[in-house]
Amino acid sequence: MAVFLIRRVLQSLVVILLVTLITFALLRLIPGNPAIAVMGPSAYRNPAAIAQFNRVYGFNRPWYVQYWIWLDHLLHLNLGYSWKLNQSVVSLLGGHLPKTVFLVGISVILALIIAVPIGVLQAVRRNKIVDHFFNGFSTIFYAMPAFLLGILLILVFAIKFPIFPPEGPQGEGVSVLFTNFNALVLPIASLTLVTIALFSRYMRSSVLDNLTEDYVRTAKAKGAGERRILLRHVLRNSLIPIATLLGLSLPAVIAGALITESVFNYPGMGYLFYQSVLNQDYPVLLGLTIVVALATVVGSLLADIAYAVLDPRVRYA
Amino acid sequence: MSFPGLPPEPPDPANPAAIGLATVTQPQDTAAAVASGMLPAGKPRSTFRRGLEVFVENKLAVAGVGIFVFMLLFCFVGPLIYRTNQLRVNFAFQELPPSAGHPLGTDANGFDVLGRLMIAGQVSLEVGIAAALLATIVGVFWGAVAGYAGGFVDGIMMRLVDSMLSIPTLLFALVVVSMVTPSKPILILVIALTSWLTTSRLVRGEALSLRTRDYVQAMRVMGGGGSRAVLRHIAPNAIGTIMVNATFQVADAIALIVTLSYLGVGIRPPQTDWGGMLSDGVQYVSDGYWWLILPAGFCIVIVIAAAIFIGEGLRDAVEVRLQRR
Repeated sequence: MAVFLIRRVLQSLVVILLVTLITFALLRLIPGNPAIAVMGPSAYRNPAAIAQFNRVYGFNRPWYVQYWIWLDHLLHLNLGYSWKLNQSVVSLLGGHLPKTVFLVGISVILALIIAVPIGVLQAVRRNKIVDHFFNGFSTIFYAMPAFLLGILLILVFAIKFPIFPPEGPQGEGVSVLFTNFNALVLPIASLTLVTIALFSRYMRSSVLDNLTEDYVRTAKAKGAGERRILLRHVLRNSLIPIATLLGLSLPAVIAGALITESVFNYPGMGYLFYQSVLNQDYPVLLGLTIVVALATVVGSLLADIAYAVLDPRVRYA
Repeated sequence: MSFPGLPPEPPDPANPAAIGLATVTQPQDTAAAVASGMLPAGKPRSTFRRGLEVFVENKLAVAGVGIFVFMLLFCFVGPLIYRTNQLRVNFAFQELPPSAGHPLGTDANGFDVLGRLMIAGQVSLEVGIAAALLATIVGVFWGAVAGYAGGFVDGIMMRLVDSMLSIPTLLFALVVVSMVTPSKPILILVIALTSWLTTSRLVRGEALSLRTRDYVQAMRVMGGGGSRAVLRHIAPNAIGTIMVNATFQVADAIALIVTLSYLGVGIRPPQTDWGGMLSDGVQYVSDGYWWLILPAGFCIVIVIAAAIFIGEGLRDAVEVRLQRR
């Protein structure tokens, strides 16, 4: 186990280092001059100001020195400064990240609670009406881009039948999430539905895989009832891949959150990212990219460790 | 919504009919087929032929092919039959509800929505299919080289894939698109360059097992080089996996291009695609102009669903243990 852990953590460190290199390369690939991007095209008439800017922010140094400085800043949790919003990226994150964590967290938990029973039911009633019904349901939501689902929910539940507001909770701070619960319903429903579509498909095939295993036949031969086999044997083993799935689906869920937040004007990290794309606010874009990438790497590392803990065979593979 | 980075689901192993265990009538079927001249007697059917049989048994996959072909005809042949003005803005025809003259109404510029669906679909499908093809080519090459080379080279190449995979495709594409002025070729390039990663992982896995096979070893002994091994032996033998993955890539790429266009950083006016139509239509959502939203949304969903059905059918078809012999 220790060897497995050390190897896996070292691998993740290499990946993280490469992520910072890729992100840094993207930062350098931005067309034009960073000084012009910040000070505007009129700065072309003032080469002294450009030189001053480059000196202050280190843009006159060779790229590897810049990379080193940038990496150093990163380690000190300095993700850069948004000149367009006149705020540091870290303080922007502090305002937006909790809202996204809340949205993603609630949606993933809800999706798990709903998708696991659906997947089990589908597997047990394979090729029956129930199975076909949920299969159709999950395929439609799997094939539907997240923004389209958001639009349809707004169309039906905010315009046609005005039950919920079409926008997420507005305002500064996390407290607005709890005072304006009505506004949370549609964004959470939207993200939950697409996540259910993903999870239930995996749960179904995972249970189907396990139903054919030898231990099920053994349990049956020993006289265990259907319910006992399903709950005590199959379900426990079928939940193992869900640990991996949770880690692996993090990028997809974050992408889904980005779209959901943009559709519902939900002021989280995804919305901030989208606004930064439109404003070409590169320090924010790259700061957020690094944060998301780190979350993903850590997520898949935790998933792998959870898998090894849950399924001892993995450790010796 | 697309989920890059996830492995494809395994085929249904608890389905005895699909695996071919419960096919009691099979010998008679084969005999009948041989007798009626459908099959050459005494000669085993090709892998392709057996795969095709599994594929056509999957009704959803066949329906998927039907829908996909229909949508291609709708978008590329449709405008030749159903001629509409998509160039000159005419405010006299603004936002008309569906009628005999305009089966799906008109949009804010007075363009016929049905006609617009066709030309918008051309962009979505062209970009989606071309990007998926390009991503597949890049992914196959990268994965085959990494898997064949093995060792240190493999480690570096795959860690690069890992690190790019840890940035969600949509975020990656958004950052790149924000730096360039998007046009059709650029969008194809951006989507391809951010979605070849899963393909490369799959192909690497295949290459790792293929490179130790006897025929590859024999070829090396005869003096064949590494590039010959990759191009002539490893890539062709992984073709099943590659085809299945390419089909899912088409679904993902279409989802990505319509999402980018919906977010306003995809294809730019006067060109449009289904995502762009939705982005325009959503501004009038509170006016109840459903025809500006539902038709384009419907097209997106059925095209992506069709690609997924085809991919699932293909996956079963190339799975040797599902084939009848």
